[in-house]
Amino acid sequence: MRRSSAASKKKSDSITSSTTDLFRSGPSKATSKEMDRIDHLFNQYANTSSNLIDPEGIEELCSNLQVPHTDIRILMLAWKMKAEKQGYFTQEEWRRGLKALRADTLSKLKKALPELEKEVRRQSNFADFYAYAFRYCLTEEKQKSIDIETICQLLDIVMGSTFRAQVDYFVEYLKIQNDYKVINMDQWMGFYRFCNEISFPEMTEYNPELAWPLVLDSFVEWISEKQA
Amino acid sequence: VQESFGNQSFRMERKTIDLEQGWDYMQTGITKLKRILEGLPEPQFDSEQYMMLYTTIYNMCTQKPPHDYSQQLYDKYREAFEEYINSTVLPALKEKHDEYMLRELVKRWSNHKVMVRWLSRFFYYLDRYFIARRSLPPLNEVGLTCFRDRVYNELHSKVKDAVIALVDKEREGEQIDRALLKNVLDIYVEIGMGQMERYEVDFESFMLLDSASYYSRKASSWIQEDSCPDYMLKSEECLKKERERVAHYLHSSSEPKLVEKVQHELLVVYANQLLEKEHSGCRALLRDDKVDDLSRMYRLYHKIAKGLEPVANIFKQHVTAEGNALVQQAEDTATNQAANTASVQEQVLIRKVIELHDKYMVYVVECFQNHTLFHKALKEAFEIFCNKTVAGSSSAELLATFCDNILKKGGSEKLSDEAIEDTLEKVVKLLAYISDKDLFAEFYRKKLARRLLFDRSANDDHERSILTKLKQQCGGQFTSKMEGMVTDLTLARENQTSFEEYLGNNPAANPGIDLTVTVLTTGFWPSYKSFDINLPSEMVKCVEVFKGFYETKTKHRKLTWIYSLGTCHLNGKFDHKPIELVVSTYQAAVLLLFNTTDKLSYNDILTQLNLSHEDLVRLLHSLSCARYKILVKEPSTKTVSQTDSFEFNAKFTDRMRRIKIPLPPVDERKKVVEDVDKDRRYAIDAAIVRIMKSRKVLGHQQLVSECVEQLSRMFKPDIKAIKKRMEDLITRDYLERDKENANMFRYLA
Repeated sequence: MRRSSAASKKKSDSITSSTTDLFRSGPSKATSKEMDRIDHLFNQYANTSSNLIDPEGIEELCSNLQVPHTDIRILMLAWKMKAEKQGYFTQEEWRRGLKALRADTLSKLKKALPELEKEVRRQSNFADFYAYAFRYCLTEEKQKSIDIETICQLLDIVMGSTFRAQVDYFVEYLKIQNDYKVINMDQWMGFYRFCNEISFPEMTEYNPELAWPLVLDSFVEWISEKQA
Repeated sequence: VQESFGNQSFRMERKTIDLEQGWDYMQTGITKLKRILEGLPEPQFDSEQYMMLYTTIYNMCTQKPPHDYSQQLYDKYREAFEEYINSTVLPALKEKHDEYMLRELVKRWSNHKVMVRWLSRFFYYLDRYFIARRSLPPLNEVGLTCFRDRVYNELHSKVKDAVIALVDKEREGEQIDRALLKNVLDIYVEIGMGQMERYEVDFESFMLLDSASYYSRKASSWIQEDSCPDYMLKSEECLKKERERVAHYLHSSSEPKLVEKVQHELLVVYANQLLEKEHSGCRALLRDDKVDDLSRMYRLYHKIAKGLEPVANIFKQHVTAEGNALVQQAEDTATNQAANTASVQEQVLIRKVIELHDKYMVYVVECFQNHTLFHKALKEAFEIFCNKTVAGSSSAELLATFCDNILKKGGSEKLSDEAIEDTLEKVVKLLAYISDKDLFAEFYRKKLARRLLFDRSANDDHERSILTKLKQQCGGQFTSKMEGMVTDLTLARENQTSFEEYLGNNPAANPGIDLTVTVLTTGFWPSYKSFDINLPSEMVKCVEVFKGFYETKTKHRKLTWIYSLGTCHLNGKFDHKPIELVVSTYQAAVLLLFNTTDKLSYNDILTQLNLSHEDLVRLLHSLSCARYKILVKEPSTKTVSQTDSFEFNAKFTDRMRRIKIPLPPVDERKKVVEDVDKDRRYAIDAAIVRIMKSRKVLGHQQLVSECVEQLSRMFKPDIKAIKKRMEDLITRDYLERDKENANMFRYLA
């Protein structure tokens, strides 16, 4: 059904959610009916005693969404929700995320995922998402760094599709080097900048005298030696 | 008839002098003058004649119009010169050439000046009023201008050529009339009438060009034929001659310009070829210690802008090569020979480096007149090779070992006090070239500790002297710990006296063994491993007793015993004769076990003493497999294994009554390097924090370079190490990276 531009400003429970809608419709605009449905969906996955969706619940959600458990889109969903603790969604976070996605049913949620991916991959958002991915993996209270193995997995998930070569090489390097057992946020963000600013595998712009994290200096050196 | 001119005749009516009439009269005077100038027989002017001529002019100028002939006379004055020049002077000059022409010119100029002098005296009245009124050039100038315009302008080019030809003749070795040239060139100067322009434009510029091309030709053939020293000698000689030339006949203002041209052609144009001459150039001169030639080289190039830079560069390269050769020599000797002789070679290296420094410092001071460029070259050269490793030892370590060898007993007893002082002075100077000064400090400190604790220091004064020198060179912080150590020893002696008094007053507390304890202030001394060995009971009592004494002095300090540094004197009651054994505390602990049991297995000893395998093997080896076999090992293989057993060797004997049983020295190098690395991490952290705290926000490269500068007094920090520390500080929330600019850092309070 066609709509006039004036009419599209009103609330609609149309199944099609356009890009513009996602922008303009914020959390404040959900109706109470939507909220009920969102809460209802929450309760389907939440652990009744803790009132949180726990890892088990998330796994179930994933299977219902037909999205692998380790897929980046789940991480994106968590980002949209601004979820704080890895493996758990609180009701508030759930509401926040689904309201923003205008998804109050499972099928709507599923259909919202491609748009969500597009949104996240926008240059203006991706850096934020990338940083979020790191923080999300910090499980202990004063934890500042993440172990190499987890980092490798995370890199694969978050950057694998866009920077395949860099990720593969960097992961290989991280596994064979001995200097670092953990990676901190600064080094993590450094890799993102590296992928965006330095051509690969030529790496002609790379200058170790600048403030690149040392781990990247060593990484670049290692690659150069391999290529020689 | 007028009789007197001195008295005023103004009251009398003067007879008007007609121009033609008056001029005729003047003409007689002028003619007379010309005759005198021409050298014809003609008496000089007497005062009467002079007055007549003067007065005639005066009268003709002061007559009432239309008989005031000032203007006409002024013109005729000039015409007189012109006429004479045209009719006589110029022709005389034009018919002559070369030197003859020059002589004629000098004569004519001199004459002209005389003529101007005389005529302007005759016509003086015009100078007084007429010229000022009409703003005309004075008579003197008119006269000179005539010569300039009619003679000089005609001839100056020809004259210049003749002069230059003579100059070149003189340069080729022929004698010339210098006075003549001086006179000729004075004309150029004087004809400028106050300005040097005529001299500069009409003569000097050509002379300079000619000189340049003369020396260019000479240089191009000399540079091919002559060796560097010979060429320099010639150049020096040429410059000397040219200066003489100026003194004798050129104008003094020509000197710098001429010298510059000569220098340029001889020394600047061919600088590279000269200095780099294969067998006689700068490098060869340094190699062959040709001090005089090098001094000459310095003198010659000193005055040329940036002239010394290539010389200093070659000097630096030469010294570096010599230094590298010494290092290589030591390295080669070390790899070819056994370990203990290798260390001797390393000590020889330091001596040779000191000698090298002395040798080339003399060059810097004497040949190169203490010029900063050469001081810098020497410094940079030494910084290059003084930081090389030899056979695994850093230069810092070698230098520390060298000092130890001088300062310890049996080290340099053959040298006089003065020679030792001198060597220490030189060693400290060498330290300035070593970048890892903190590494030197640590090695030095370890060896100092050994000397102090085992009473191996040869001379207290020398120990203090070198510390003073180190303090002067590297600052108080560098030597504070070492000074603390020396002080501790002094205090320890006093302490020991008190301890002995205490024992005297408390006979019950006496452990029955002579005990000397040295209390070290933690922090001054290197860190030593100390762990609880099970001491024999006799020693346990000693420890208790001392503790008791110490507590009477202070209750606020904790004593940690370092048995690994102790020495024990045991009486070995061997069958043949008793022998005093000087051993370490650990060795004593092992031996004392045999007082109660004859035979002990390795494991027995291990359990009883509670030592590590590594330490125990070392101890047992020193007592059973080394030079003095105090224990008999079964089986008597060359090394200690855990299945061995040991027995007191009652049959042991030696011709000496007291023997020292040394433990093989532990390699302290690894630990020193580790300790220094650790200290460096802290130092880098502190520097980064200090800088960021004061700057708040700073770019990465600037932070790194400031860090390097701050730390340079003690060591050269690795850029990677700095980055690593920064990362650590980021994790510890001291710093953060700026959100907008990844190359900027911010201090987090």
